Amino acid sequence: MGRKILLEHANVPGIKTYEVYRKMGGYASVEKALKGMTPDEVVEEVKTSGLRGRGGAGFPTGLKWSFLDKKSGNPSHLVCNADESEPGTFKDRYLMEYIPHLLIEGMITSSYALDAHLSYIYIRGEYMWVYRILENAIKEAYAAGWLGKNILGTGYDLDLHVHCGAGAYICGEETALIESLEGKRGNPRIKPPFPAVKGLWQEPTVVNNVESIAAVPWIINNSGEEYAKIGIGRSTGTKLISASGHIKNPGVYEIELGLSVDEFMNSDEYLGGMMDDRPLKALVPGGSSVPILPAHLIYKNAEGADRLMSYESLSEGGFESGSMLGSGGFIVYNDTSCIVRNTWNFSRFYHHESCGQCSPCREGTGWLEGVLHRIETGKGREEDIDLLWDIQSKIEGNTICPLGDAAAWPVAAAIRHFREEFEYHIRFPERIKNRDHFVAEPFEKVRHLVAKQTV
Amino acid sequence: MQITHIKQEINFTDALMARINELLSHYPADKKKSALLPVLHEVQDAHDNWLSIALQDKVAEILEIKPVEVYEVVTFYTMYNQKPIGKYMFEFCRTSCCAIRGAEDLMEYTCEKLGIKEGETTPDGMFTVVGVECLGACGYAPMLQIGDYYREHLTKEKMDELIEECKAGKIDLHNQDHYTE
Repeated sequence: MGRKILLEHANVPGIKTYEVYRKMGGYASVEKALKGMTPDEVVEEVKTSGLRGRGGAGFPTGLKWSFLDKKSGNPSHLVCNADESEPGTFKDRYLMEYIPHLLIEGMITSSYALDAHLSYIYIRGEYMWVYRILENAIKEAYAAGWLGKNILGTGYDLDLHVHCGAGAYICGEETALIESLEGKRGNPRIKPPFPAVKGLWQEPTVVNNVESIAAVPWIINNSGEEYAKIGIGRSTGTKLISASGHIKNPGVYEIELGLSVDEFMNSDEYLGGMMDDRPLKALVPGGSSVPILPAHLIYKNAEGADRLMSYESLSEGGFESGSMLGSGGFIVYNDTSCIVRNTWNFSRFYHHESCGQCSPCREGTGWLEGVLHRIETGKGREEDIDLLWDIQSKIEGNTICPLGDAAAWPVAAAIRHFREEFEYHIRFPERIKNRDHFVAEPFEKVRHLVAKQTV
Repeated sequence: MQITHIKQEINFTDALMARINELLSHYPADKKKSALLPVLHEVQDAHDNWLSIALQDKVAEILEIKPVEVYEVVTFYTMYNQKPIGKYMFEFCRTSCCAIRGAEDLMEYTCEKLGIKEGETTPDGMFTVVGVECLGACGYAPMLQIGDYYREHLTKEKMDELIEECKAGKIDLHNQDHYTE
């Protein structure tokens, strides 16, 4: 059984309430930090832990905190990114829904470290019932004296509020989130300046994912050094993985980083193997934006080493034969899954969610969606695959924010690993006409047919 | 921008104004605009789930910002409705994880049962069906959002039941009791 840090008390009846959370030792990190540590000591502890941002980018959290411009003369802010809109990812929702006080405790301790006195949790508008749960938990925390003026008699003041978005994936990008929190369209800002210098209302701001902030109480209570002992290499601690698709036990799991992909996929403690025992075809390990992996690169990397659930192992081989841990949105596809339709589905998502600021993204995502749809519906042309490759290469790296990359990478990876399936759609349109939406013929058969009919 | 000229009764009750003032208190006094998104949610909820231009103008007045600052937000975010919709809006998640677990078939089934196409509202104004992008319930697919809550692990039978519950007036769009795992 893997070690639990975040979800240790998730199944305790009533843990959603302040009373039960407190009984289970909740808010101890606030007491320890505010009464016995300086803000800089809290930052150092988080640095020592090696905690990396759990939203997807994996940037070291303590280092990010240390960039905060505390000498600007302006108030600083902590903003929790609970926008969670990456397809395949639903872990933060679980944390907030079942243990809301863990996030609030993390927000208080982290705000203290950053000398922030006004902090926000920005949650996606669709999670309205979770918004209400958080609102209620914040009220409880105020009533118990953990928020407001002169917390624990230490002279530290903090106001914390939950703010709801309104259905825009781009608001998961930190500068777009800040714009949205200012009551504007979620258009990303050009960086620099980074939010640590000019963030919310042009004041120094740190934006952290829910899971990152929820890990802070354990780190403060047990030390950064203890946290760093969990995991493997530079992938320290535990990680929430949200698993979906063709598996027996979809859901949210807390794993120690370094667990093998094989054990995560096939042991009864975790996913329990493939649904209906069908063969595995592909895996998206870290949310829709990361490259898809074909079956032969899932359990072993290209060199034949075991693939582990860690930032480093999942990205071994670069984009040629690897992927990314990303947000931990683990999507599993069985042998009946149509990769072309899935890629089109992802492209539709990114086209829909592009904010429209940058031409390569605004126009390019539409082109990707259009060409993919043409291929998917049996109207593709032989040159379309090269066209797709060309379009995605012109989006990647050419936009203000990473949404362009997120739109380009799935297309590139799908072509790289499943090119024959695209060719099959183009050359054998009659074979895909009357099938179910997402059902494909066995990939080996597809490869055979394509190989036989070379152009 | 899509402009709707359908008349809408503007009704800012004391309860709604109290809630708006509470939301405004979450931001510095000179940063009222920051409350715009949460305020629009509350105003929309109190006005049959859509925001006419007149309503948006009223929000601008309360927040002391220009009307265009409200329009540009309403047209950007998908959760704000710019025209009347059905009393019950079924928002089916159609993104990959839901799609591979049968969301598209389920949405087609629902549309057929209600006699409408995706994006349409039934003639009696009772139901609207739309496909939306990822709702963050990928492990509980297929699913839909109705009001403030999610319905997950859906089947055709469960859709039949949900439609009947709506017709019987048993669904409160903002009542947690109707949230099901």
